[in-house]
Amino acid sequence: MTKAINLTLKVWRQQGPDLKGRLETYDAKNISTDMSFLEMIDVVNEKITLEGKEPIAFDNDCREGICGMCGAVINGRAHGPEKGTTLCQLHMRQFSDNDIIVIEPWRAKAFKVIKDLVVDRSALDKIIQAGGYISVNTGGAQDANSILVPQETAELAMDAAACIGCGACVAACPNASAMLFTSAKISQLALLPQGKPEAARRAIAMTRVMDKLGFGNCTNERECEAECPKEISITNIARMNREYLKASFISTVQ
Amino acid sequence: MQLDSKVPGGPLSEQWDKHRCELKLVNPANKRKFNIIVVGTGLAGGAASASLAELGYYVKTFCIQDSPRRAHSIAAQGGINGAKNYPNDGDSIQHLFYDTIKGGDFRARESNVYRLAQASVDIIDQCVAQGVPFAREYGGLLANRSFGGAQVSRTFYARGQTGQQLLLGAYSALSRQINAGKVEMFTRREMLDLVVINDQARGIIVRNLITGEIESHDADAVVLCTGGYANVFFLSTNAMASNVTASFRAYKKGAFFANPCFTQIHPTCIPVHGTFQSKLTLMSESLRNDGRVWVPKNPGDKRPANQIPESEREYYLENQYPSFGNLVPRDVASRRAKEQCDIGKGVGETGLAVYLDFAEAIERDGRDIIEKKYGNLFQMYEKITAENPYETPMMIYPAIHYTMGGLWVDYNLMSNLEGLFVLGEANFSDHGANRLGASALMQGLADGYFIIPYTIGGYLAGTSRKDITTDHPAFKDAVKMVKARMNNLLSIKGKRTVDDFHRELGLTLWEHCGMSRNEEGLKKAKEHIKGLQEEFWQNVTVPGREKDFNQSLERAGRVADFLEFSQVMIEDALERKESCGGHFNEAFQTDENEALRDDENFCHVSAWEFKGDDKDPEMHKEPLVFKNVELTQRSYK
Repeated sequence: MTKAINLTLKVWRQQGPDLKGRLETYDAKNISTDMSFLEMIDVVNEKITLEGKEPIAFDNDCREGICGMCGAVINGRAHGPEKGTTLCQLHMRQFSDNDIIVIEPWRAKAFKVIKDLVVDRSALDKIIQAGGYISVNTGGAQDANSILVPQETAELAMDAAACIGCGACVAACPNASAMLFTSAKISQLALLPQGKPEAARRAIAMTRVMDKLGFGNCTNERECEAECPKEISITNIARMNREYLKASFISTVQ
Repeated sequence: MQLDSKVPGGPLSEQWDKHRCELKLVNPANKRKFNIIVVGTGLAGGAASASLAELGYYVKTFCIQDSPRRAHSIAAQGGINGAKNYPNDGDSIQHLFYDTIKGGDFRARESNVYRLAQASVDIIDQCVAQGVPFAREYGGLLANRSFGGAQVSRTFYARGQTGQQLLLGAYSALSRQINAGKVEMFTRREMLDLVVINDQARGIIVRNLITGEIESHDADAVVLCTGGYANVFFLSTNAMASNVTASFRAYKKGAFFANPCFTQIHPTCIPVHGTFQSKLTLMSESLRNDGRVWVPKNPGDKRPANQIPESEREYYLENQYPSFGNLVPRDVASRRAKEQCDIGKGVGETGLAVYLDFAEAIERDGRDIIEKKYGNLFQMYEKITAENPYETPMMIYPAIHYTMGGLWVDYNLMSNLEGLFVLGEANFSDHGANRLGASALMQGLADGYFIIPYTIGGYLAGTSRKDITTDHPAFKDAVKMVKARMNNLLSIKGKRTVDDFHRELGLTLWEHCGMSRNEEGLKKAKEHIKGLQEEFWQNVTVPGREKDFNQSLERAGRVADFLEFSQVMIEDALERKESCGGHFNEAFQTDENEALRDDENFCHVSAWEFKGDDKDPEMHKEPLVFKNVELTQRSYK
């Protein structure tokens, strides 16, 4: 049932990357429980704007849980309390009247705050650039059905490929590790026959860049898996570790 | 002015081969001397950037989001068409060509559409080679499903996330070229102007969205892959940042805008719930493979779906269109839904919804099978509506989804402005007045992977260009204009927010230039929007500073362009005195309320030329010549 609730927001406001930030309090009144979390912020922002002040900056785009652009830590949880949900798909029916909601940006050494809730996640792109691809040029590919992929393998690859690159795994991890993100791509491509020729090179190159960018190590806290909006499994991390070890010991890749 | 589409002669099936052979080539060693700017990193832009860089060109790529992986192509759910005929059900290139031409209500260029159908086959091969995890049969072969407007299964898919997987394929190819130093990637940049020197597109002006700096970039050619303009309606299924600014700035610099009134309404979206709704969510058309669309037989029947007995349900699509049933094209399905709601048979709180029911499919195939096919869509539905579609039928209603109109391009995908290429949804070329499902992904990738790599070479080798840098006065003037406009927006300090204006614009267009249109309404809308535009420039409030991360300022610029652009759109709708595809003018319909074309007077592309801020745009016609198909009244009965 639709109803209206009143909330108190404590929102991280930070004017720029090198400036000090702080939590500021805002009232969110008469919020319909059918609204999404971001629509609730829209309403608050309209009010701030009409007061002549700068509204809360936050990243968002598709608002249907697939682009990976949105994300914030809500009451200590990446993307909020609902499992398997991006912030844009979180609806206000998850909250109760008079709740206090603390909203903070992703916090990690590798993700610098740009403004308020907006962070720089370009480090994730750099990990992909290091080897998250199959080296084929456009044109000249063989007939698609000449590569057979068992259904089970295709499904496992798809499970890993569902990663939206939002960075919640990093934000949720006490070590700010990007292992879940990195392993999802390494797994997808290592599972498929097309990805096998470069598997060793890929595992080593991506892992090295990941380490260099300041992400922490995995200590099996499983927070990433718990908060991942696409419910990417940590078995991918195990597969990444295997791929990495295999590449380190029995391949010729330096 | 006569528009030259540069369509090659000869039989359709040989045109592209012949044309490729005639295009001039660029020597491999010379390719790196050419700078190419690509704006946008969706399927078209991502594919183009990667493919051009692989050939050896120096590519500068720009995107508005924080990463090239976020472009809105990512949200496409259902699938991509490819005339592979793997299921052996009679498909062919000719078939896909015909379905697309007919689906577009005979308002697209034959040669472009045929080439698209040809490329569809290569796209599937390319994507599989990249590691796109398409759905497979048990034997390891690729799986297919059906989509609207077709009677064969030619749609390849990766669960309900096909767009995501194809985009990540293009993004991975692009990432590889960035790593190789062949593509220079500029994220969080918004294109605010096109720079034209000696009648050739030579660069762009962008705003760095983090610092607010205005930057100039020069090039030998500019490739726009900036998507569609559905957000002119405020509520649409497009991402929040999707906008018309890049295309519209090019229009104001002389590029013609073609068929702006051809907008697509998608029949299966989650209905609107309230005033603060910020966007609409689409439920993939693939759901119509297994879902049955119905409304109560009796108007005003407010009982919950499960209490309405079978005998009192009306499966209006199956009844009216026995051969296509629930899989009629999008424009037809949308209008029929509106019709049912208009006569009081709509369901849900607002009465603006119809049911899409999976009970029979779940009974027939079992819940597991349905979950495997559509699990993520059902989950998404439940998150938004808090209703479980495995137990109660979904409620759906049409919403703006895609725009067939776009910048005019010739067969080479080059605009009337030399050196300006336009790809994907941003151009007008392949879908006529209505796009069939699973064709947008196909077009974006065809343009980016398989067409632009050839045609841009022909242009670069075949024309001469002056040596210029960003010191050229044309760049300086453009920067000055862009800055003045932003300062203007910031200095108004009025009483209404940008969103408030945008919402009013959207409602006006939805009412009068949406699913069905008439002359009186269109004129009223035009008048109203003129007033709204005036008020915007006097009463909008944009907080913050220019040289800063400022999302209000970004939005203000986009809405200002939407306000201006919408008037060209309405002008085009007024001018087209017929109904075709997504453009339904109530004065022109058949006895069965289907769109009634006027092939004698309107079998053309309307290309609009900007003539000045205080002047009406001028329309140019490109006649559409059909040599290979017979123009018929579309029938899906």
